[in-house]
Amino acid sequence: MGQTARPGRLVPYRMLAPKRVSLFCGHYGSGKTNLAVNYALWLRRAGHPVAIADLDIVNPYFRTKDSEAELTAAGIDVVSLPFAGSNVDLPALPAQAYALVQNTDRYAVLDVGGDDRGAYALGRYVPYIRQENDYHMFFVVNFYRPLTPTPEEALTVLREIEAACGLPATAIINNSNLGAETTAAHVAATRPKAKQLAALSGLPMAFTAAEQSLARADWFPLTLQKKYY
Amino acid sequence: MAEKVLMKGNEAIAEAAIRAGCRHYFGYPITPQTEVAAYMAKRMPKIGGVFLQAESEVAAINMVYGVAASGKRVMTSSSSPGVSLKQEGISYIAGSDLPALIVNVQRGGPGLGGIQPSQSDYFQATKGGGHGDYHLIVLTPASVQEMADLTSLAFDLADKYRMPAMLLADGTMGQMMEPVLLPEEQVHTVAKPWAVTGTQNKRPHNIVNSLYLVPEELERTNEERFARYRQVEENEVRYESYCMEDADYCLVAFGIAARVSKNAVDALRRQGIKAGLIRPITVWPFPKAPIARAAEQVKAFISVELSMGQMIEDIRLAENCRKPVVLCSRAGGMIPTPEQIMQTVMEQNGGND
Repeated sequence: MGQTARPGRLVPYRMLAPKRVSLFCGHYGSGKTNLAVNYALWLRRAGHPVAIADLDIVNPYFRTKDSEAELTAAGIDVVSLPFAGSNVDLPALPAQAYALVQNTDRYAVLDVGGDDRGAYALGRYVPYIRQENDYHMFFVVNFYRPLTPTPEEALTVLREIEAACGLPATAIINNSNLGAETTAAHVAATRPKAKQLAALSGLPMAFTAAEQSLARADWFPLTLQKKYY
Repeated sequence: MAEKVLMKGNEAIAEAAIRAGCRHYFGYPITPQTEVAAYMAKRMPKIGGVFLQAESEVAAINMVYGVAASGKRVMTSSSSPGVSLKQEGISYIAGSDLPALIVNVQRGGPGLGGIQPSQSDYFQATKGGGHGDYHLIVLTPASVQEMADLTSLAFDLADKYRMPAMLLADGTMGQMMEPVLLPEEQVHTVAKPWAVTGTQNKRPHNIVNSLYLVPEELERTNEERFARYRQVEENEVRYESYCMEDADYCLVAFGIAARVSKNAVDALRRQGIKAGLIRPITVWPFPKAPIARAAEQVKAFISVELSMGQMIEDIRLAENCRKPVVLCSRAGGMIPTPEQIMQTVMEQNGGND
């Protein structure tokens, strides 16, 4: 996080200096995977060597692996759970994830599972991440999710995740959206809540994210996956 | 004015159940429906409800049986292998004329199968599943909004007809996220004079049981139950008709398959092929009448399913051998694409597009 960042202040993403390791955590369905994929692509477009790892041991559907072709084509190494997208419901972590954390030659983007339960899996990598101490731990929040409608409830989830993985969050990403029905006004309406969460947590706002056709100049534009159903 | 929220299908089921007055949930985790249990575990303690993770699916369904006998709204949820385990209990609940909600977020089978979406429990849901002569009211949501709305409806219908209802979804419907307008909190006031609530020494005992020692009595009970089933068939058929007014080809699909089919109908129409869709919302009772009417008009039916072909039998029974009925399906956790459906229709259209 940039030294100038203060709690509650919005830092446009262009000003957010990337760290060697970027972690995306948050409540189920807050949009961690989409953000991780888009952030990895953004880093890559900026010319950095990038690898992304899917550490979500909770959710068996809609994963980083679904974007593997696009990521690989962009020159990003994708480390998925050995059984992601298959019928094996085995919460095993990829052995290569250690290499991602320990090999400091390239940027690592880690997609962490939902809630505190998903974040437990991160714990094994935390000693290395702490030792290197060059990371963003983004807490992703969507205030349209029914269990995190208020800054207070989002803060509870944030603290549960930190306790589970043993790594404090460093910045907040406001990814509030209503899926295909999202308008820019929906996103803008949540900014006071995001600022309040930043104030309550003592963390700076990293950025607001929105689907690219909606994103305003200082928002992080997201490309979403197409569905045929 | 209520506002929309972004929910997973499984969460929408759980929240809608709570708003329908359900305060008793018994289950056992299984992918891809575990979020129902996870949501209930978080919410029920806050609202004075009961969330209980039973030691097995068999235990859970028998807990449902017990609470249903007391007249309270109660539910369980599982996915295919877990729902198989519940079948004995479901038969007992049906045999005791009790309302309850069973949710099946289907995955590929048979056996342990897989965790990806499927619709291959159609036979089990609509043709009994457990032993004996009985039916479930079976509702098939095709959006996260319907996951919520049909959960409310299932509780109402179960109460009204004193029979178990099933929400038959699939892994995709359970896992996908969409905006939802949640139903208002509901106060249900269906009188349940049969409920086992304690006599207070003021009335004779209510007995909830599925055991009948006299065969004539058991036969009579079955006949009474089937009279009720006929009412359900007359009053509770639900379906959506899409672009059927001038359709030459009738796709029939529910749930996730209906969503893909709708996109295929639109794409076919853009190519000048008049396709339409009948989407059963209840698969028991099955929308026989609209299928029979369509048989007067269309050249062929296409049953689009995530199975080796199960609903196709009900389509054939309903259209009564008047027109060809072909299958377009994927199984084992795979989902048909609009292109596959279009190809099937074009083959019926003489292969020319």
